Amino acid sequence: MTTPTTTRAIMGKQFLSHRSAMIGAMIVTLFLLLAISAPLITPYDYTERSPDLLTAPSAQHWFGTDEMGRDIFTRVIYGTRISLWVGFFAISGSILVGSLLGLIAGYYGGIRDTFISRLFDILLAFPSILLAISIVAMLGPGLNHALLAIAIINIPTFGRLMRARVISVKTEDYIAAARAIGMKDARIIMRHILPNSWTPILVQGTLGFATAVIEAAALGFLGLGAEPPAPEWGTMLSDARQYIQLAPWTMIFPGVAIMLTVLGFNLLGDGLRDIYDPKMKV
Amino acid sequence: MGNAIFSKGVVGLYAYIIRRMLMLIPVLIGMSIITFSIVHAIPGDPTKVILGDKATPEQVALVKENLGLDKPWYTQYFQYMKGVLTGDLGTSLITKRPISEEIRPFLAATFELSMVAMLFAFIFGINLGVLSAWRHNSWLDYGTMIIALIGVSIPVFWLGLMELWFFAQYLDLLPSYGRVDPRLGFVGITNFYLLDSILYGDVTYLKDVIMHLILPAIALGTIPMAIIARMTRSSMLEVMHSDYIRTARAKGLSEFWVIYKHTLKNAFMPILTVVGLQMGLLLGGAVLTETIFSWPGVGSYIYNAIHARDYPVIQSGILVLATIFVCINLLVDLLYGWIDPRIQYEKE
Repeated sequence: MTTPTTTRAIMGKQFLSHRSAMIGAMIVTLFLLLAISAPLITPYDYTERSPDLLTAPSAQHWFGTDEMGRDIFTRVIYGTRISLWVGFFAISGSILVGSLLGLIAGYYGGIRDTFISRLFDILLAFPSILLAISIVAMLGPGLNHALLAIAIINIPTFGRLMRARVISVKTEDYIAAARAIGMKDARIIMRHILPNSWTPILVQGTLGFATAVIEAAALGFLGLGAEPPAPEWGTMLSDARQYIQLAPWTMIFPGVAIMLTVLGFNLLGDGLRDIYDPKMKV
Repeated sequence: MGNAIFSKGVVGLYAYIIRRMLMLIPVLIGMSIITFSIVHAIPGDPTKVILGDKATPEQVALVKENLGLDKPWYTQYFQYMKGVLTGDLGTSLITKRPISEEIRPFLAATFELSMVAMLFAFIFGINLGVLSAWRHNSWLDYGTMIIALIGVSIPVFWLGLMELWFFAQYLDLLPSYGRVDPRLGFVGITNFYLLDSILYGDVTYLKDVIMHLILPAIALGTIPMAIIARMTRSSMLEVMHSDYIRTARAKGLSEFWVIYKHTLKNAFMPILTVVGLQMGLLLGGAVLTETIFSWPGVGSYIYNAIHARDYPVIQSGILVLATIFVCINLLVDLLYGWIDPRIQYEKE
């Protein structure tokens, strides 16, 4: 057995030498930096209109302008903030609620397990984007509702993962030992079950981030996400549709931004899975 | 194939099918509650959300009566369920026509598009995966895996838009919207246009229908293709190092035969799992793809309903697609037993 510090050191080293994980981490970091420094690197305000409508990319407007004369580069950079914000809060919410439900189902079993597992089945019975549409249709369009919908549709993924993990950890000898010395459930969960269950959640969370970014953009594209003039990538694509022939740059750049962000999180997630969870390797 | 079915007895299989179907009941009830909520559990005043702020009191009263919103929620739910179980999916607020009738041609269009997209994903995904496993660690392998990686990261609606721009507008090679050129005066028989054009025996129709299918099918099929390619590759790599493949090679079988007959057949189980899972993605993706190519399927039907606030259509459209999704999942589950006899029916 190695001590935790050396295990961590080995994994850190593996991470640094894992090519796709590193590329993923670099892309993710780049977008994080873009999101943080948006006001510093963008030459305009994202709602600022210039008299030049739908102009092609140039020295003044690197990515061209949209139908209202707004600078697309500025809007794409500000869009990073929205996408990362939605991804982070939606997935954090899914992890929190999903893990809690999975924990209860896995640890206590019985009727609680049956009830929670059926709930996950029901949520998974919908193609996820359709469930998101249903939720937003019910609550009304808007970025916060889209975020909530994305959080809800991703709950079963984390819930099932946590449940499976808890069930396998629960049978370990050290849990029986902890029980034998009279440790309380809450303490067993906090001290033993959770620390031994978080790696697959972390891996899935990274991959889920990618999905959440796409889902947010999809809802925006359908007119159910962020509302104008918010520079949300999906909403921008939806506005750009009519000018597809006249000004293809209005849809090329927001799309590339979505793809790169998603690619970054996918690469990072795949890499983390290779390192932390070699058994799950695809 | 199917030895287990016979050795365990046909009874085991039937018991399994019945148990699997019984397990569907709570899921279907849960699903119906969710879709029911789309109209009936809108926070605040549903009529206001449906009609907007400028609605007259008469309109409000009409919608309330039409949807049964004036009754307690449990009565509303039982009425809704009674309708669904007898094939009554409600009435569109815009066209005033029964949805169960209106949705049929849309459903056929979605089905046709999904099938062609899946066919594309299956053929290209498997062959790309086989190719990369066969030439493992070559430029061909890297190239394929980069395509697969981009494929899983690209948003389906953006891919559709780019295709539309490049192939339909910039190169002007393929039609950009609809299922068939309206100038041809094509009249469908079954609503499955591919089948119809074959029934007519008319090459012009068939060519036009295929041309219209290419772009949306590629857009819709790309993500499943990428996932199938990745799965095929890793599954093939695992099998390729096994002893019986070495034996097959040693026997002097041709490379093609070794790869496609021996390796692929044994690597097929995980691939099938992925194909089954992708069907759901496809149905979800269809909603987005159809809106881009004005493909008159259930996706466009739902999309237009969202913008017209035609809530009963949104509700029923989603219910129908989700039900199909659940049925496909069931079918895939049952297929496993047929393909892999090692699966035990008794166990969950």
